[in-house]
Amino acid sequence: MLKYIYKRLLLMLPMLLGISLILFVVMHLAPGDPSSVRFGLNPEISGTARENFNKMYALDRPVIYQYFLWMKRFLMLDFGKSFIDDSPVISKILWRLPATLLLEISSLFLIFVIALPLGVYSAVKRGSMFDRIMTVMVFAGYAVPTFWLALLLIYFFGFKLGWCPISGLDTWYSEYLGGFDRFREVLRHLALPVFTTAFTGLAAISRYSRSSMIDTLNQTYILTARAKGLKETRVIFVHALGNALLPIVTIMGLTLPGLISGSFIFETIFAWPGMGRLGYEAIMNYDYPVVMGVGVISTFLTLFGILLSDIAYAVIDPRIRVGGGGK
Amino acid sequence: MNFRILFGSIIIASMALAAIFAPSIAGQDPLKTDLSGGECLKAPSLKHLMGTDNLGRDVFSRMAYGTRVSLSVGFIAVFISLILGVVFGAVSGYFGGWVDNIIMRTVEIVYCFPTLFLIMIIITFMGPSMINVMIVIGLTSWPGLARLVRAEFLSLRERDFVLAAKVQGVSNLRIIFRHVLPNALGPVFVSATLSVGTAILSESSLSFLGLGVQIPTPSWGNILSSGRNYMDYAWWLTLFPGMAILLTVLSFNLIGESLREYFDPRLVGRGN
Repeated sequence: MLKYIYKRLLLMLPMLLGISLILFVVMHLAPGDPSSVRFGLNPEISGTARENFNKMYALDRPVIYQYFLWMKRFLMLDFGKSFIDDSPVISKILWRLPATLLLEISSLFLIFVIALPLGVYSAVKRGSMFDRIMTVMVFAGYAVPTFWLALLLIYFFGFKLGWCPISGLDTWYSEYLGGFDRFREVLRHLALPVFTTAFTGLAAISRYSRSSMIDTLNQTYILTARAKGLKETRVIFVHALGNALLPIVTIMGLTLPGLISGSFIFETIFAWPGMGRLGYEAIMNYDYPVVMGVGVISTFLTLFGILLSDIAYAVIDPRIRVGGGGK
Repeated sequence: MNFRILFGSIIIASMALAAIFAPSIAGQDPLKTDLSGGECLKAPSLKHLMGTDNLGRDVFSRMAYGTRVSLSVGFIAVFISLILGVVFGAVSGYFGGWVDNIIMRTVEIVYCFPTLFLIMIIITFMGPSMINVMIVIGLTSWPGLARLVRAEFLSLRERDFVLAAKVQGVSNLRIIFRHVLPNALGPVFVSATLSVGTAILSESSLSFLGLGVQIPTPSWGNILSSGRNYMDYAWWLTLFPGMAILLTVLSFNLIGESLREYFDPRLVGRGN
């Protein structure tokens, strides 16, 4: 098992380098000049200062040379410095990362807690009114433009009802709040962004858990269990549920790219102080090193999440451990 | 005829008609502003079926023209990704070996990267426009399709008719496109239909963020975006474009799912 994890971790390196190469080439082949963003509005900056700036960041050298320079530092986990304020990229990202992780993990949790029971229940009550309504909801869920949903939520819950704050993670006075009050304050800030981020995942996972549960209920061992005269609750919770959950674990890992992709929109809409918004701002400012850093780190998070779900799969499913010899 | 296909087709057909005949349906110039203020933010009425926006432009006309943007971006982006996905997937699945390895590793890389971030980067550096949005969505959405085509080819290439063609000395190119591909088209068609919906969603998100179709050219995404500041007293500015996106994407998904059942009838009884 450990060997497998090492191998997977090592395989991430070429993938991250591949991503970084694509990003680097795309950014540097396009027109646009970082020095003009930094100095653009300042008439007192001379041409020499610009040249020095370009020289300092090797912007005057060929793209391929710049890429190797970047890669050399990246391999030592150095992401360079931001063009905008010369602060290290890695500290900028680490500063923003906790908010993003909080948002993503809460969304995954919400998806798991809501979508799974809904999917399983509609599989058990297949063909019922509840199941039909769920199917319609899932179809609608796939089609809702989530930025529109975000606006509607902000309008109704933030503005009309005043239940939730509409932006940010903290309130100015939250430093003065005690433990529980502060926790509640963060929860209130989390509610809307988490729901929006989780929305598409909710539809997808409830659909997958429904079809996975239906497949399991059609298996012969379920027929055996029923034939033995076991109670229906026991058949469903003990015999079926565990087996139906297995594929869902993998699917949960596969929702990660979508969640992280969504964070670039939702963090901007909700003014969430996370990595997605950092990336958005960096793109707008032609801040190459930060864009590279955010791209590589978010890909790493995705790969790492998928690895975790694969490990979880192996841990839950005894067949893999026994059969694959710890593969 | 099942209800889903009927519903989906009616919606998409009427959207397509609206797109084609936008100038005659609209009745008014979608770009004509009224800066005197008399016609600004008017609620829906007989004169303005969907009201007017903050610059006094007729929202119904803008929506009709926006249909053109959404549908053409949806279809052209999917067309680009279809070509890339089919070619890469077919080559990968048919030849196998190192070609397959390189293509599939690339697919994995693109798959694990937050696509929207890549799209935002390319659009910002290339300049936002409708053409660029189409190209970029097409260029970033082929990996799923390539995987699907590859899987079909992997099983089809072992079949006897491929062997027969090879024995007859048919070229690889001809085997791929004339003999194998037609047998793999069912799932590809399903996936492409579903992708049109996804592409329309991506385009509207980009236009909403100001990275897609640029104002004053109307698109559903940027009408919605311009309405976000007036939600309290001009609900029509956010309701109509949102509903239009929802209905269109829903219709493509309904048709796609029905096609999936048509090509694989085994699915009907199951959870899918």
